Amino acid sequence: MGSIDFTWLIGGPQGSGVDSGANVFSKVCAEMGYRIFGKREFYSNIKGEHSYFVVRVSDEEIHSNVNDVTLMASFDAETIFRHFNEVPKDGGIIYDSDLDKTTTDEVLTLDNYFKARLHKELESKNKPFTIAGVLEIAKEKGVHLYPVSFREILSNLAEKTENPKLKGLVRLFNVLAVSLSLGLIKMPLDPLLQSVNSIFSKKPQIAEINKQAANFAYDYAKSKFSNFQYALTGTTKQPDTILVQGHFGTSIGKMVSGCRFQSYYPITPASDESVYLESHELLEIHNDRPGSTIVIQTEDEISAMGMMIGAALTGTRSSTSTSGPGFALMAESLGWAGINEVPIVITLYQRSGPSTGLPTRHGQDDLLFAVHAGHGDFPKIVYASGDIEESFYDTGRCFNYADVYQIPVIHMMDKFLSSSVVTCKKFDPQKISIDRGLLLDKVDGEYKRFAFTDDGISPRSRLGLDNGVFWNTGDESDEFGHITEDPYVRIQMMDKRMSRLDLVTKRIPNDEQVVSFGVHDYTIISWGSTKGPILDAISILKKEGINIGFIQIKLIHPFPSDYVKSLLKDAKTVIDIEANHSGQLGKIFNQNVLREIDYFILKYTGRGMTSTEIYDSLKKIVENKANKREVLSHGA
Amino acid sequence: MALKLADYKTEVHNDWCPGCGDFGIVNALQMALAEMGIERDKATIFSGIGCSGKTSHFINTYGVHTLHGRVLTFAQGGKLANPEMTVVAVGGDGDGLGIGAGHFVAAGRRNIDMTYIIFDNGVYGLTKGQASPTLRLGEKTKSLPSPNTNYNVNPIGLAVASGFTFVARGYSYDVRHLKDLIIKAVRHKGLSFLDVLQPCPTYNDINTRDWYAGIDLAQESMERHSRIYKLEDTHFDPMVHYDNETEVNEKLSQALIKSLEWGNKIPIGVFYQNEIISPYSTRLTDKIPNYLENPPAQQRISENGLPTTDVSEILDSLRV
Ligand SMILES: Cc1ncc(C[n+]2csc(CCOP(=O)(O)OP(=O)(O)O)c2C)c(N)n1
Ligand code: SF4
Ligand SMILES: [Mg+2]
Repeated sequence: MGSIDFTWLIGGPQGSGVDSGANVFSKVCAEMGYRIFGKREFYSNIKGEHSYFVVRVSDEEIHSNVNDVTLMASFDAETIFRHFNEVPKDGGIIYDSDLDKTTTDEVLTLDNYFKARLHKELESKNKPFTIAGVLEIAKEKGVHLYPVSFREILSNLAEKTENPKLKGLVRLFNVLAVSLSLGLIKMPLDPLLQSVNSIFSKKPQIAEINKQAANFAYDYAKSKFSNFQYALTGTTKQPDTILVQGHFGTSIGKMVSGCRFQSYYPITPASDESVYLESHELLEIHNDRPGSTIVIQTEDEISAMGMMIGAALTGTRSSTSTSGPGFALMAESLGWAGINEVPIVITLYQRSGPSTGLPTRHGQDDLLFAVHAGHGDFPKIVYASGDIEESFYDTGRCFNYADVYQIPVIHMMDKFLSSSVVTCKKFDPQKISIDRGLLLDKVDGEYKRFAFTDDGISPRSRLGLDNGVFWNTGDESDEFGHITEDPYVRIQMMDKRMSRLDLVTKRIPNDEQVVSFGVHDYTIISWGSTKGPILDAISILKKEGINIGFIQIKLIHPFPSDYVKSLLKDAKTVIDIEANHSGQLGKIFNQNVLREIDYFILKYTGRGMTSTEIYDSLKKIVENKANKREVLSHGA
Repeated sequence: MALKLADYKTEVHNDWCPGCGDFGIVNALQMALAEMGIERDKATIFSGIGCSGKTSHFINTYGVHTLHGRVLTFAQGGKLANPEMTVVAVGGDGDGLGIGAGHFVAAGRRNIDMTYIIFDNGVYGLTKGQASPTLRLGEKTKSLPSPNTNYNVNPIGLAVASGFTFVARGYSYDVRHLKDLIIKAVRHKGLSFLDVLQPCPTYNDINTRDWYAGIDLAQESMERHSRIYKLEDTHFDPMVHYDNETEVNEKLSQALIKSLEWGNKIPIGVFYQNEIISPYSTRLTDKIPNYLENPPAQQRISENGLPTTDVSEILDSLRV
């Protein structure tokens, strides 16, 4: 990595402004020209449970988080208890010195499982079960401690500004923590002040208080703290860089691709996308009157699916966004869309299952389910994006695939992607093309919606089109769309629909199906959000002289068997990396390529993989010290 | 060229049992479409699953035969994306009030401008006669092993409580009256609901055509005693005339009370109509002013294969 590779962590109870603190910090770093990779972790809870945000900052391209935290900014006890061990020698911990005596038992949100592990460690090192105890461990390791009495800062500030109300304003803790950090690492404060202005643009008084607090804390850190060796003084700005949150790729991608109808039922981590689409429902159109996206919050996911299909039948590009539990309810109608050849896009933001599982945590455990969802044989596409930038362009592709092949498309996303905040190259809408396939604008003469054709794809009318009357049914149907149980028509219709799968692997360009980052003796196969940490891990290994190949499979169903097989012919050892228990891609690979996976690197704690973990496991594999299944566990 | 009734019929073989009440409903629907002169390609009939679900194949307009219980979801999506189109959703009582009951209630709250017709036969026809949600407690139709253990749902009452703004009941053997009701329902601006009493001669041996005609009553008194009577022949006024709580409450409660009448006297006709509550399209145009002139199905999304949507403002705001 470059000369700057710095990881900052902020933690606190849910609802205390951890997110906004981290967003401001990320923004400041990005404005200074740095690349950002940030990730949010939170409980299925609204107020009180521990949430945290890690932001990795570098002057080179980065695609992942690492295990080590260079600077931790905490303002509550729980963050220290849970994360002190992540800060290595020479790192720093900013903390509230009023918490020194706080015991683990006083932090009610520390669960017993975690406490038991922590107590064991403290006992073995002969430390008390307090903040002072854990900080001693950190100190002995060579971590710099930066104690600040947050209350004292507030009372000083209250005195200085003659505003006694400030004294007890714990809501300012997050601003204090961010400003102290900026002061410590010698970053400018101005971008933060500007952010405060824009966040509180409608509440100038609150903005003022926040700014006073920020200035005060910033100066405090600058004057009181020294000996921290990290300074982020800025770097050359990359042109055309944007700072985006996880769902921006698919949401803005949907607007650009011409998706004009989205139905959804609220679920983490998918609903942010729909809410974003609705808050941008009015669309500007080149050389035309304004457009709009109709976003409907339905009564359940079954309805979201039905409405989307109904809208798609009118020729409107339509979609829904959901997560595992919601997708489970959509299976029946997915088959309906399949048998009726309706182009729809389901954006599937996976989280950890089964059932409600770890509702706000990451997982890639719905791949097999997506591939097999729905009863009966029908064609569909399952397509996976590896990062946020990709997901923008992939959204465009998914709509094209749906229209051209007249089949449902499931676009695989996940919680890791949805809760990251990253810098990337500005999305280029002109790189998205729009191909509506055989969608008709007019119909002459007799029309048959499911007419048999050479390649099995029939010209598609839409509800309301002049002379284009057709029928749909979930029963088997004839060319008009009327019910039939004739065995010969059945064969023709099944063959017509299923032949679509071959067309997909034949016609979609290879580099849209699979992206190869090189093939070597050891080669990784993977899909989705593991891409970032894999790329970072193999690039470090490369610097050490160890070459590891990586092929990212994007088109997972239908599986591009021949292409993958040919890519891997020189690979001696195949390593499958996925965030699930059973190595789901590995199963699909094995079934289609008829080749065994040699090693699995798997993680199912609900926390995304770091490049450090992948690096460590790959190294073990290369040194022949690894188990067939390497199971990762980093992250609170 | 004016369209004739025959233009709305398809050549699809109709496989309903002889004497099934469904025939009357399809005829009434085709007559209504012809009388309103709605072009074949400007209407879509969405249907659920059941004997009733086959309806869309018999009508020569766009026809979408959906899934069991889900007809309203597909129909609403279609109408929202293409609001110019006339949308009629049809389905069984099991379809709409059993498996699809959640959608029924949610649709009422939205009040999208379309019509929903339930074929109310008291049984699950296509699965061979199990009890439907409208079958009364303790009744035992032909193929039930033992009397029904559930209380019945009241479709009119549920519609009124859910926010449907036009609520009526028809009878499948009074085709002309039903046709008139369908026309009123389609013309109503908002979500209209029609509960159609539909004898199923194969499985419902209680609510038969003869029973509705009151043959049993006539035998007792030697007179003609149809159980069915028309609300419009009484002083019943279903219309909400003013935007006033007392008026609305009165019309709602009157509809509910009327809907409880059953047994020897069964009202058909319009129970409730409220033209004051805004249809969903108005709620949309409040935030998307040109929704009706430029709805999703009409929007131009590309030019020469490239997107026309301009997101530069959004992208600029993300720039660092
Ligand atoms: C999800 C699902 N469950 C069960 C069925 C089986 N099924 C088909 S029709 C039907 C009931 C039909 O009854 P109703 O809706 O009253 O329609 P009718 O046949 O009486 O017109 C059922 C349960 C199905 N098609 N789909
Ligand atoms: S079973 Fe009943 S509802 Fe179904 S077609 Fe026969 S008579 Fe009609
Ligand atoms: Mg029924």
